[in-house]
Amino acid sequence: MLKLESVELQIANGNENVSILKDINLELEDNKFYALTGPNGGGKTSLAKVIMGIYKNNKGKIIFDGRDITNLSITERAKAGISYAFQNPPRFKGMKIKDILRISSDNNSLRARLRAVGLCPQDYLDRECDTSLSGGEMKRVELATVLSRPSKIVIYDEPEAGVDLWSFENLLQLIRDHHNKSNVISIVITHHERVLSLADEIILLADGKIVDRGPSDKLLPLLRTDSRCCWEDNCGGNDNEIKCY
Amino acid sequence: MKLNAIEQELLETIADLHKIPTGAVNIRKNGEGILRHSSANIEVRPKSDKPGIDVIVAPNTKNEAVHIPVMITMSGVKDVVYNTIVIGEGADVTVVAGCGIHNSGMEKSQHDGIHEIIVKKGARMRYIEKHYGSGQGSGERVLNPQTLLTMEENSIVEMELVQIKGVDSTIRDTKAKLAKGASLVVTERLLTHGNQKAVSDMTIELIGADSNAQVISRSVAKDNSKQVFRPIIIARERSKGHVECDSILIDHGKISSTPAITAEHPDAQLTHEAAIGRIAEEQLLKLMTLGLTEEEAEDVILRGFLQ
Repeated sequence: MLKLESVELQIANGNENVSILKDINLELEDNKFYALTGPNGGGKTSLAKVIMGIYKNNKGKIIFDGRDITNLSITERAKAGISYAFQNPPRFKGMKIKDILRISSDNNSLRARLRAVGLCPQDYLDRECDTSLSGGEMKRVELATVLSRPSKIVIYDEPEAGVDLWSFENLLQLIRDHHNKSNVISIVITHHERVLSLADEIILLADGKIVDRGPSDKLLPLLRTDSRCCWEDNCGGNDNEIKCY
Repeated sequence: MKLNAIEQELLETIADLHKIPTGAVNIRKNGEGILRHSSANIEVRPKSDKPGIDVIVAPNTKNEAVHIPVMITMSGVKDVVYNTIVIGEGADVTVVAGCGIHNSGMEKSQHDGIHEIIVKKGARMRYIEKHYGSGQGSGERVLNPQTLLTMEENSIVEMELVQIKGVDSTIRDTKAKLAKGASLVVTERLLTHGNQKAVSDMTIELIGADSNAQVISRSVAKDNSKQVFRPIIIARERSKGHVECDSILIDHGKISSTPAITAEHPDAQLTHEAAIGRIAEEQLLKLMTLGLTEEEAEDVILRGFLQ
């Protein structure tokens, strides 16, 4: 179980602090598949980074399986079983795909791990994780580094970004399989309706606050209505258009 | 010939030699040749007028290697050596040069290797030169290599110039002239630490039509060390060239990098790029999310970068 208690995050911007996460209270249960959604800039990635320890929350506590991990470093949290697949995974000059796979896990079946994310090991094991890889290829490598780790919580930050729609279904299946096999808490940050519909629960985050949460079948229809423009009088939009924030 | 532990370490580091090689070889120690033999196709002979050797590779010699490492294990030695290497037409060989200095004394030890390399028509050479310094002494370890490469028509050369660690001061001067259809790739890897200084000057002239050259330099400056890179490609004919200098700063390292390109022919295609900066924070964060500490992550990133 992962519990966030009154978590706040402020980030310095020039002379003032900008509030990114405001009084987040959240309990996530083992074996559940969560979709975290909401408008751009609403705090989704920041929340993921606070859980991973990349950002340090200014207030509040993070409790993981009964242990207060608020002051643990990224490395300690990784070792405790928290994994995070980056939205924009960094590239490394000179580091080969097989090198980063080896760092992520002692599991030696490098080839199987690459095949699972749809990359042919023959072509990719010795490729460098540099700018020669496309965004979609990089996302697959990222997924491969995360899926092979022994995790209790896995956060996927927009796994669909940059991946062609055709293969996304496969990658999503991979995330689902990993979830079912490993008894983990899965959190997928997404705007994708297909992912939202598969989640046990949807959490809606906007303006740094949890605005709503609930089972997918209840929340998804609400999101569909809520995401339509309702300001026809003001700006000429109509309910066929997606709401802008 | 028996090697002691220090000599063995130097040879392993600079030339990947775990035992005395059986093929063509010349090992120079503290200013003297201590082992030399030729093979059927590669002749290694001392120069008669000055210190150094001639390495003559017979035409069409394939898949052979020649090792010509230099070791300095005494403090206060200044060794200047002139080597001439001629790769015969159509040959395909590897030349492993390199120098290791073990200085445990107070005086400066210096090796200036002056190499003249001629790669004949259609020949192919891989040239590996690693530099390394060890020893706890306060005496400086200085290496100033000069390489003058002449490439004949359609020859191919790959040069790997590596300075691993422990060299206090180096001034590298590399010059290459490429004839028609010749192709050159130079990769340079440099790591400096402490108060070390490194300067690398490189001038590559594309003289023949359809020749091409690529210079890829990657370096890391740690502590208070300083590095200067000045690679220049000059295209005198229809040809292609690319220079790339990529450097990482750690602590208070300082790097100056000025790749330059000069075109003297309307059909020349030349590009250059240079980047200097700290390790990207995202890279460290990513590796830390995989369970590495910050120090381990930095080490992994630098090792990959300098690979």
